Amino acid sequence: MSSLAAMPPKSFEVKPKLDESGTPIGELLEISMGPHHPSTHGVFRMDVVLDGETVVKLKPVFGYLHRNHEKIGENISYLASMPYTDRLDYFCSMTNNWAYALTVEKLAGLAVPERAEYIRVIMAELTRLQNHTCLIGFFLQDMGALGTPMMYAFREREKILDIFESVSGARMMCNYMRFGGVRVDVNDEWIAQTKKVVSDYSKFLDEFGTFLTENEIVLARTQFIGVMPKELAVNASITGPMLRAAGVNYDLRKVDKYGIYSRFNFQVPVGEHGDIYDRYMVRVLEMRESIKILEQALRDIPAGPVMDPKSKLRGFRPKPGEVYGRVEGPKGELGFYLISDGSPNPYRYRVRPPSFVNLTVLEDMCLGHRISDAVVILGSVDIVLGEVDR
Amino acid sequence: METLEQIKTRLGAALPLTKLDILPNECPAGERSLLVESDRAFDVAKFLRDDAQLKLDYCSNVTGIDWPEAKIKTKVKKMVLVEGAEKEVEETIETLRSGHLEVVYHLYSMELKHGPVILRMRTENRTDKTHLPSLTPLWRGAEFQEREIFDLYGVIFDGHPDLRRILMWDEFVGFPMRRDYVAPDDFEYEPTPHDEVLVEAKKHYPAEPKAEVKA
Repeated sequence: MSSLAAMPPKSFEVKPKLDESGTPIGELLEISMGPHHPSTHGVFRMDVVLDGETVVKLKPVFGYLHRNHEKIGENISYLASMPYTDRLDYFCSMTNNWAYALTVEKLAGLAVPERAEYIRVIMAELTRLQNHTCLIGFFLQDMGALGTPMMYAFREREKILDIFESVSGARMMCNYMRFGGVRVDVNDEWIAQTKKVVSDYSKFLDEFGTFLTENEIVLARTQFIGVMPKELAVNASITGPMLRAAGVNYDLRKVDKYGIYSRFNFQVPVGEHGDIYDRYMVRVLEMRESIKILEQALRDIPAGPVMDPKSKLRGFRPKPGEVYGRVEGPKGELGFYLISDGSPNPYRYRVRPPSFVNLTVLEDMCLGHRISDAVVILGSVDIVLGEVDR
Repeated sequence: METLEQIKTRLGAALPLTKLDILPNECPAGERSLLVESDRAFDVAKFLRDDAQLKLDYCSNVTGIDWPEAKIKTKVKKMVLVEGAEKEVEETIETLRSGHLEVVYHLYSMELKHGPVILRMRTENRTDKTHLPSLTPLWRGAEFQEREIFDLYGVIFDGHPDLRRILMWDEFVGFPMRRDYVAPDDFEYEPTPHDEVLVEAKKHYPAEPKAEVKA
């Protein structure tokens, strides 16, 4: 990184363009996009000021789904928060479970058995596959390809949700992981089913790639649009595929090596330009790497217990202290910060949601682009409002 | 990465007269944190970001914590003379902790891939002196998170470019994440009020009309 200079605060005063004599051409138009708008991926609002069709100011407004998740977490026991984490980013409940379980394990000093670690990796990578697949579907919908790509994406997602359902009983709100392991063991039949889905997945990605990767409309709508420079991405705490598309090689699976990620052979795709196309491409390549990890994990999974015998679910009271745990979720760094005062409830329960922080630079990316591009840029950020609003 | 003691020594040399404390952490992972005075916090943070050995260019997480006034009980072992012989007696000492709001920053380095350094600062009290310096001019990533702490805890960040409520609506009164926050009496959450909800709900019903007297 060449410069670490802070980005200057933005100026909030906007004025219409002036002609040669200095008189304004036309007027600025202020519109409120959302909260009920198909392109905003939930109840999200953008206050946009337009000069003609060009965005000159954009303020994200959210909080419509706010239920004070953190306060709820402070008032219930450690274990009772686990199903609530499913509802943060409802596409990736398995990763949310893992992030929370990992933090509590760090707080209480629990060890996770080998087999459970493998199961967790398999679940997290399957989650990444289905999240990125759905995102690409939604993203094309934002560009005007109504319905068809999303249906293909959802067809593949169904197969992964079936896998989740057969082991946890729920398709989306899995509530599967526990402190010190996972709730139930998987059987050989399940592993065979997962292996089949994983081996078929590359075919689907090839098919998707044929239609999209060099599609003329996709290229025209995404290349050099919504560019985010490297320095800004780091300074604004952007994480996940968005950060790597900007050219920063920072993946917590490689940096922190949490769980057993150090055992797998995989690469971290990094973009070059930081535009929307790079963000799309980084996600596609990440799915290919996830398939590699899944193949290795499904091949090597050992037999054994899936719960730490020391961990207890009822009457769990960790010693006083504080801990910050983080994992690489499909959307970026998902962190939990817990302070224990020795009671059955956490004194402070904080969630660091990736898509909430990634929204910081939405305005910077949209300025100077058309309003229709702002929709695609928002799509490429990959937000889930359950997590943004908490 | 350097230990927190080394960082503290170098900070003391670079920024003299800055009061720094290392706070212990007893949990197994044991990440200790650095408590700075709020009026020097900006300089300390700037040092941590720009220092060539640390390069903490990534502010991952910003957390607000409310510590209301409380009596803290600590047990101390004491030797007491009982009937001529010395005996060890456990005594409980109560100390009064003054209330304050605390903000915690988790700093990492993306370039050098290390961290975290945990930085904390505290307000003077919970009522009128709740100002802290904003670190958003150093890390844009703190922008929304500081707004959230302003919204839910009422910490006023001086120097923040756009300090507004973020999750609650602008007209909202109060700070819901504080420990002593009492939710407003929302009697309508139950479609068919019963038991204690009914008692609450009845407070909001219009007074019963008096029986009309026929003329």
